[in-house]
Amino acid sequence: MSKDNLPFDEMFGTGDEPREPYKSYHKWFEGEQNARLRRKAEEAEQAFRRTGITFNVYGREEANERLIPFDIVPHVLSNREWKKLSEGIEQRVRALNAFLHDIYHRQEILKAGRIPAHMISNNEAYLPKMIGVEPPGSIYTHIVGTDIVRTGEDEFFVLEDNARTPSGVSYMLENRETMFEMFPELFIQNRVCPVSTYPKRLRRSLAACAPPACDGKPVIAVLTPGIHNSAYFEHAFLADEMGAELVEGHDLRVVNGRVAMRTTQGYTPVDVLYRRVDDAFLDPLNFNPESMLGVPGILDVYRAGGITIANAPGTGISDDKAIYSYMPDIVEFYTGEKAKLPNVPTWRCSEPDSLAYVLDNLSELVVKEVHGSGGYGMLVGPAASRKEIADFRAKLEAKPDGYIAQPTLALSTVPIFTNKGLAPRHVDLRPFVLVSPNGIDITPGGLTRVALKKGSLVVNSSQGGGTKDTWVLES
Amino acid sequence: MMLGKTAGGLFWMCRYLERSANNARLIEAGSRMTMTRSMADDAEWESVLSTANVKELFLEKHDHVKRADVIDYILRDRSNPSSVMSVVESARNNARMVRVALTREVWEAVNDTWMRLKEALERPVSDADLPKVLELIRQQSAQVRGALQGTMLRNDIFNFCGIGTFAERADNVARILDVKYFVLLPSVSMVGSTIDNFQWEAILRSAAAERSFAWLNKESGPRAIAEFLILDQRLPRSIAFCYTNLSRNLGYLEEEYGETLPSREMCEATLRRLTSTDVETIFDGGLHEFIQSILQSNNALGLQIEKDYRFYA
Repeated sequence: MSKDNLPFDEMFGTGDEPREPYKSYHKWFEGEQNARLRRKAEEAEQAFRRTGITFNVYGREEANERLIPFDIVPHVLSNREWKKLSEGIEQRVRALNAFLHDIYHRQEILKAGRIPAHMISNNEAYLPKMIGVEPPGSIYTHIVGTDIVRTGEDEFFVLEDNARTPSGVSYMLENRETMFEMFPELFIQNRVCPVSTYPKRLRRSLAACAPPACDGKPVIAVLTPGIHNSAYFEHAFLADEMGAELVEGHDLRVVNGRVAMRTTQGYTPVDVLYRRVDDAFLDPLNFNPESMLGVPGILDVYRAGGITIANAPGTGISDDKAIYSYMPDIVEFYTGEKAKLPNVPTWRCSEPDSLAYVLDNLSELVVKEVHGSGGYGMLVGPAASRKEIADFRAKLEAKPDGYIAQPTLALSTVPIFTNKGLAPRHVDLRPFVLVSPNGIDITPGGLTRVALKKGSLVVNSSQGGGTKDTWVLES
Repeated sequence: MMLGKTAGGLFWMCRYLERSANNARLIEAGSRMTMTRSMADDAEWESVLSTANVKELFLEKHDHVKRADVIDYILRDRSNPSSVMSVVESARNNARMVRVALTREVWEAVNDTWMRLKEALERPVSDADLPKVLELIRQQSAQVRGALQGTMLRNDIFNFCGIGTFAERADNVARILDVKYFVLLPSVSMVGSTIDNFQWEAILRSAAAERSFAWLNKESGPRAIAEFLILDQRLPRSIAFCYTNLSRNLGYLEEEYGETLPSREMCEATLRRLTSTDVETIFDGGLHEFIQSILQSNNALGLQIEKDYRFYA
């Protein structure tokens, strides 16, 4: 953290001069007229509306389709910074896959006492039906979106692993396209690594995980809960860009031991299903019987090698925030190396000493539900009112093992463009990782989320956050 | 080959888009009647409701047929599943569902239509604004049609779009004639009276055929109008034109999929009836009966297509 206790600003560091990766951008910005940039920003918003890049907010019928605000100032990373990040992420994702394979097979890590067995066996996200199942290619997490936060020049942390069904990759792609359209000159002056290859890489990666039953060119489909899902745009976008079918549960059924989709000419088998539906809804015969979104019997086909489900059922346990707190151990256990990217220090409220500390320091901590996501159900102590803290204390005391706590990090800032020029706002970064038997492939860039309110640390789009284009410089 | 759901989504997207423009045209024809006649005629608005096939639904909500209520009901009322606002929203939802089968241009045209009409129809439309709003609906519909024609690959996707469009249009034209058939009947003794002329004009106007009818320089009369709207292959809204195109679309699918399905046979049977008859024969057998049977076969055709191409599980 900088000397004045100000958060680290990625454009200016601790001084007034822009840091190296931002020098060229900053120089361009200084030469621009605010009025022109304002006009460009408005154009960008219209373009997003026209293309229909919207998301739905759960529980809000009225405004059920909103735009995620886009900020025109990019989040820039040097090649050196990216190298460090991608090496750390790769190590972590490798460990995650090994961990998932282990807990559904030999459970060495439990036997070694590195993680308490009840953390697994009592976990709702752990699927006993996956025990002993060998996923095609031994891959559990085909697509991962690792959330990275930064607090200083060389201080990066992994905030969340998002190994279940990470979303946001369509914004990575569309934000870049929008920048190309608005400011082509920037991409002539700066050598920015391309992100547009992602859909092809995704297709290749998924095809490489085809199941034993596949003969010939793998048929890939994206399974969406439907047009009312908050990320529907992204599901359609990815299917479109990959040249895959976009299916809903009622388009699929088990036919002759394969999962097949209903076409205008009858049922055709699907080899790889990129599902954007949670485990619980995947198969009403094997999981939640009320689910209308899944395919009855798909898990049985999966277990018999008839289909690849990406990500594999039961992967969600690695998104559990209590499991997260063990990630440094998990990385060490499976790779034999220290984690290259540190975790954010985490108190498990299930442990009495930690709980006592957390209760004493609620106003300074961030407290999260272990199963929560999307910024829902969390307390940001320094920003909370007394009443909010008191209410949260009651919830925490009632069910301590449902929560973890973390220090309130001074997240780095990147300026956004406002009516008064540049103004620093907190950001995080979600690079997207593809895993196949051919290796781990990380697209240089990612989704940068930015808190648009001054001082706010919550970057989630469901809570009013925006996005930026993310640049990884080629050199 | 494509998903059955996608085929269904394309079919309905195009049906709904066609319906939005047809509804706007009905309102336009109705308004013209009101303006050109000395007395506002509630019966006229009642027939607008019948043509739009929503009269019963309307009367569940309103005790009397009033012009302003009818306009509001057909343009904006979300409780009316066939109102312009409802069908544009349904068209967009279908377009969202089949997004991967559409070009960017088509999707953006549909999305743009939805955005603009949502704004234009947010509040009740005043008499002064009505022409502008109706024009907007027409223009948006042309924009989508242009994007479809100009950018879509001519494959099964395009043919399912065509089927939706022409099935809806045939239904719409038949319904106009069904509701108004009595003014075309010779038994009405006021032939040549002013009232009839207005009625005939309204029929042509509802089918966007008033200009082209005038170009033909035919003597205006019930038979000529019926012949034009039912049998003339040159008129893009005639029932025969719709069926020629349905036959072509279904023929494409038959060839592409290598399979003759019942829907194709049904379509051919109706097309044969339209091409092997003339207006005298239709009137001799009863215009009303003829139209009724066309409406029925058209409806049955839609259901058969839905089955043949597995729109639903």
